[in-house]
Amino acid sequence: MLRFFASRLLQSLLALLVIITATFFMLRFVPGGPFTAEKAVTPEILRNLEAHYGLDKPLWHQYFDYLGSLAKGDFGPSFKYPNRTVNEILGDKLPVSIELGALSLLVALLIGLPLGILAAVRRNTWVDYWGSTLGMMGISIPTFVVGPLLVLAFAIHAGWFNASGWYTISDRVLPCLVLGIAYAAPIGRLTRGGMLEVLNQDFIRTARAKGATELRVVFKHSLRGGLLPVVSFLGPAIAGILTGSFVIETIFQIPGLGREFVNSAFNRDYTLVLGTVILYAGLIMALNLAADLAQAWMNPKVRLEG
Amino acid sequence: MLNRPPFLVLAALAVLAGCKKSENTGSPAAGQTPGAQAQVLHLGNGTEPQDLDPQIVTGVPENKIVNALFEGLVAYGPNGQGTVPAAAARWTISPDGLVYTFYLQPEGRWSNGDPVTAQHFVRSYQRLLTPSLAAEYANKLFPVVGAEEFYRGQLSDFSQTGFKAIDPSTLQITLKRRTSFLLESMKHYAWFPVHIPTVEKFGGLDRKGTAWTRVGNLVGNGPFILKEWSMQQRLVADKSPTYWDRAAVKLNQIVFYPTENIETEERMFRTGQLHKTNEMPLDKTDVYRREQPESLRIDPLLGIYFYRINTTRPPLNDKRVRKALALAINREQLVEKVTRQSQIPAYSACPPMEAFTSPARLSGDLDEARRLLAEAGYPGGKGLRKIDLLYNTSQNHKKIAEAIQQMWRVNLGVEVGLMNQEWKVYLDSQDTLNYDLCRAGWIADYVDPNTFFDLWRTGDGNNDTGFANPEYDRMLEQALNAPTQADRMAIYAKMDALLMDEVPIIPIYFYTRTYAMNPKVNYPVNLVETPNWKFIYLKE
Repeated sequence: MLRFFASRLLQSLLALLVIITATFFMLRFVPGGPFTAEKAVTPEILRNLEAHYGLDKPLWHQYFDYLGSLAKGDFGPSFKYPNRTVNEILGDKLPVSIELGALSLLVALLIGLPLGILAAVRRNTWVDYWGSTLGMMGISIPTFVVGPLLVLAFAIHAGWFNASGWYTISDRVLPCLVLGIAYAAPIGRLTRGGMLEVLNQDFIRTARAKGATELRVVFKHSLRGGLLPVVSFLGPAIAGILTGSFVIETIFQIPGLGREFVNSAFNRDYTLVLGTVILYAGLIMALNLAADLAQAWMNPKVRLEG
Repeated sequence: MLNRPPFLVLAALAVLAGCKKSENTGSPAAGQTPGAQAQVLHLGNGTEPQDLDPQIVTGVPENKIVNALFEGLVAYGPNGQGTVPAAAARWTISPDGLVYTFYLQPEGRWSNGDPVTAQHFVRSYQRLLTPSLAAEYANKLFPVVGAEEFYRGQLSDFSQTGFKAIDPSTLQITLKRRTSFLLESMKHYAWFPVHIPTVEKFGGLDRKGTAWTRVGNLVGNGPFILKEWSMQQRLVADKSPTYWDRAAVKLNQIVFYPTENIETEERMFRTGQLHKTNEMPLDKTDVYRREQPESLRIDPLLGIYFYRINTTRPPLNDKRVRKALALAINREQLVEKVTRQSQIPAYSACPPMEAFTSPARLSGDLDEARRLLAEAGYPGGKGLRKIDLLYNTSQNHKKIAEAIQQMWRVNLGVEVGLMNQEWKVYLDSQDTLNYDLCRAGWIADYVDPNTFFDLWRTGDGNNDTGFANPEYDRMLEQALNAPTQADRMAIYAKMDALLMDEVPIIPIYFYTRTYAMNPKVNYPVNLVETPNWKFIYLKE
């Protein structure tokens, strides 16, 4: 177990270094820079700007400078927002993205799990068909359609919510619902599949033969095994919710990290791109590791070997 | 229709949320934009401001906020035009037009209570011109004696420049040569003062992005003070208790929202979260025209939408080909059918303004265009290589490019390929002359034709067409030295005629700014989107 953990950690760190290096150099080879603007600055002003940010040094020099400050936990200043450091921006926005992600995941689980379980238990009845249909709709209708539709219904016509923003509790409802529905669909389908597989096994038949109630069969005997596919999906799903919240954050004007992740690349905000990439890469690695551990705990057949 | 369970969940949540709304301080509850009593204005402001330091920022959203927090020597008047006193109570100009003397407001105060002095202005200009600060608008001050030399390091003693504090309330600025548009250009925030002791306290004069512009630290001399700045959420400015003309300020508070997504912004307007949007989605313009014309505003904006031509590449190095292309566009149809926001078809290089309406006009009909193309050796477009038209990725630019591509095909038999690039890649291609034809736009920084004609000077950093004409450069110099305003405008007219003959650019239309605004807001039209917040308020 410890060996598995240590070797995975080492692998992750190595992968992170490769990611940092590739991102750093790819960014520099893309045409245009942080100071490319429609109203071009004069060459002497551009030279002063580059000197101010150390961009006049040779590239390898900048690379090692960056790694050096990174080792001290300093992501550097933002080019787009001279008034903020990347550390500050990440520190400001990550909690928002986490809040949005956590609430959405909660919505997804609250909708997806019961629907999936119900569909499996009442297989091939109208409950199952409706569940599947809703699931397919949830998967195939993108959030940028569902979002504005809900805003139209509940913010503009009903007047219950703001159309966008992240100021009050009520502002959380629509975005979390939209993102939650999108993830409820795959969770529901995976739950149904996992549960069906377990429900067809011998030990369930034995339990039923011994006179266990249906409730006991479902929750005591089947759930742990039936949820395995959902758990392995959760790791990537959480990462996906965090990194993929760009659309929701844009539609609802939420000050999260997803927007910065995308916009920083358009702005050629070198340090902010690297900062978000490193953070997201780290998160994805940590979450995948956590999913592996959880799976091993739930399923004795999985062994953690290095 | 909605299926029942999520609907019930929503209803329950909404009931819960209903009681939470009162917590909301700045943002109005849905459907309840506060009115004239509160005098709190909520407006969409495009993007998140980069910073609030007037000597660092460069964009339009920043411009609007900085104009609330700081004040220059002069400003736009109550109708959004003209020049009225601001930090300067009055001024004199020497007969040769070289020496400007500004007498500051006797009651001029910073938001911390310090008097605003001439030294503050001089030291602010010194900061802007310090090379290590790397201010992007440093060259705005170059008309002043010694400014450029100081910026280039050829002059180290700032007292040798043309910025002088005669006494605490008198500021004298001496120019290298007559610059008739100086007062106009001084309304740009590059000329605004900063509170030097505050800037020094938070890390030094030549450092960018220190904490001096944060809430609680920022000291300004404008009609409003910074109360809250939540990144990507909102920025709140309250009426300043120390501003010299506070009696004239009607708004109690302005709330700026970064609204990058214009569809979202329009929805915010519909729920009553905003009094005014920054933009209007194209598809919505017609809906507003039909259903609520009182909320639709289309203002003129001092800017031009045009295509640059790479004049260094054959066959476009032949001005007959360039002119043929320029003549074969039906601008009226384009504006009416494609862009649809009351833009003005452009037949010259400079949009109309109060002081100058260009008499020059790109003239000739389709026959003339076909004749020119044939003369150049490409009758009916035969023998012409495929030309590429570059634009930055955007639905609107694409629609315009497709319409023009079609016009050229039908009218001239010329095949043009469309090519889109991501914004910064496109800027890079344009800057390195790596294109044939290229979509472009230019919005003025100040209201004067010079800002449009300066572009086409040989080697100007924004020329990007390869156009180089000694006669044109000579006239540009001549205009700056012209003894009277009328003489200067006459020279610009000749320059425009020369441009429409040489055609380094194809003018397409002059911009408008289309947005939604609550009819209760009094918001004067300003050609360069520089508000004078004193004159903006909510009507009864």
